[in-house]
Amino acid sequence: MTDLTALTIAEARDQLKARAITATELTSAYLKAIETANGALNAYIAVTPEKALDMAKASDARLAAGKAGALEGIPLGIKDLFGTEGIHTQACSHILDGFKPHYESTVTANLWADGAVMLGKLNMDEFAMGSSNESSYYGPVKNPWRANGSNADLVPGGSSGGSAAAVAARLCAGATATDTGGSIRQPAAFTGTVGIKPTYGRCSRWGIVAFASSLDQAGPIARDVRDAAILLKSMASVDTKDTTSVDIAVPDYESIIGKPLTGLKIGIPKEYRVEGMPEEIEKLWLQGIAWLKDAGASIVDISLPHTKYALPAYYIVAPAEASSNLARYDGVRYGLRVPGKDIVDMYERTRASGFGDEVKRRIMIGTYVLSAGYYDAYYLQAQKVRTLIKKDFEDVFHAGVDAILTPATPSAAFGIADQDLASDPVKMYLNDIFTVTVNMAGLPGIAVPAGLDSRGLPLGLQLIGRPFDEETLFQTAYVIEQAAGRFNAPKWW
Amino acid sequence: MSVDISTVKRVARLARIAVSEDDATRMTGELNAILGFVEQLNEVDVAGVEPMTSVTPMAMKKRRDVVNDGGKAADIVANAPVTEENFFVVPKVVE
Repeated sequence: MTDLTALTIAEARDQLKARAITATELTSAYLKAIETANGALNAYIAVTPEKALDMAKASDARLAAGKAGALEGIPLGIKDLFGTEGIHTQACSHILDGFKPHYESTVTANLWADGAVMLGKLNMDEFAMGSSNESSYYGPVKNPWRANGSNADLVPGGSSGGSAAAVAARLCAGATATDTGGSIRQPAAFTGTVGIKPTYGRCSRWGIVAFASSLDQAGPIARDVRDAAILLKSMASVDTKDTTSVDIAVPDYESIIGKPLTGLKIGIPKEYRVEGMPEEIEKLWLQGIAWLKDAGASIVDISLPHTKYALPAYYIVAPAEASSNLARYDGVRYGLRVPGKDIVDMYERTRASGFGDEVKRRIMIGTYVLSAGYYDAYYLQAQKVRTLIKKDFEDVFHAGVDAILTPATPSAAFGIADQDLASDPVKMYLNDIFTVTVNMAGLPGIAVPAGLDSRGLPLGLQLIGRPFDEETLFQTAYVIEQAAGRFNAPKWW
Repeated sequence: MSVDISTVKRVARLARIAVSEDDATRMTGELNAILGFVEQLNEVDVAGVEPMTSVTPMAMKKRRDVVNDGGKAADIVANAPVTEENFFVVPKVVE
């Protein structure tokens, strides 16, 4: 029999339904792959083999009884940001030491209700703050991809670095991830995988450790566009426990795949042609435009004039919300406590020892911009700019544009412990320059692999859609995927 | 705008994060780099622009004002570092 971990979700689903393979066999194959590879890649920070095999057994029983759910027997990895009942949930932070929630996040509960199998919890940047997975308390994840002829370790991107690496290395059939400024799309682009951040409100945020509540949104990372569509269908729902989740029926995203692009208008924003962008990225973008044109879409040049202000506005809004959300980590209710001479000393020591440098930096910035005398100058100004950023998109969509094509990242994956990036936090933030606008405007965005650079590393394109029009993104991304082909990292681990 | 070391220490206090002298010095440089980066927002003309309060237009969902969950004291304190009879235990705050 061929390697079962080579099957996509769609392929595995069909074979499971045809009873050609069992969920137990499929899950065992992934558990074996994890056991072999995780020491090298560090994608999982907690593996749950017993739970996985129990769930697989239950799936096999349901398959035998003809009661299979949409994801019956499909083994998934779960980002450590999702609350999973009785199982390690720490947002890869030291401050949540030993935390095992007594509840299940709505998104993961939806997946289990559809029959999916949990393999374990995936590594990530601490509290989803980072673009390289290096801020994790559990150490960096290695990208399964390496440059041609090089043994140098590269980052998988972040914050969903474990999710992207696990999908790329076939250590799960698909993974959950979250995206606050690019944390699904940037790692997907760095690992040759597909990642979609749905519209704000499409997936419930309930039970997901909060970073910046007005920006956070869950979504899948998968091997191809179809698998991403299958996963999002199960993840999305309206939820009374999240008042920002929307009561709009979840479409069957998979059914749109393969539909021709005839009549679709794709916008190309000139502001995304940023200074110093590598020629290869520009070339990839032009190639993407040509593919969509060949597929029948019409291409129009558009302008999103406030694009350059999205990242600075983000670095006010996101830290402000984070400083408020992370106030709950006080050494009293859960996780780590470091004793002090009085209660304030206990708070300060707990938080000093429990949070890593990047998280502290963002809490400090957030506290500062919200503090008396600075609120108007920073936070209010940023929220006004955010209104303008959103209006840019509204104007373009109003003019008839169906989706926007941009590069996903300004570069391919970079090295672990890059000195240049370590010395200047702002340089690391620039990784999200193409993705962050989407979060600021609450729109859906998908990253799809579109080619390899001259060093053999994957590069991705991003499609941005109208609110709650994920269907057009899947439809269009599939055309790019068909034209570009799929990319697999040569196995070295 | 930029911050000096005493502002950094004051903000750290507000954020309840203990910082050493070295931490504060390092953070001063880092925070100033970030504040320098966000400075460009001042170029934007925001006259008459409403600050964003909700990214998707939606009316706040409401539910009936009734108890719909609870009776889970043991669950609530299960992950606390120190508890006693379903109470969180903290260092003495009143002498």
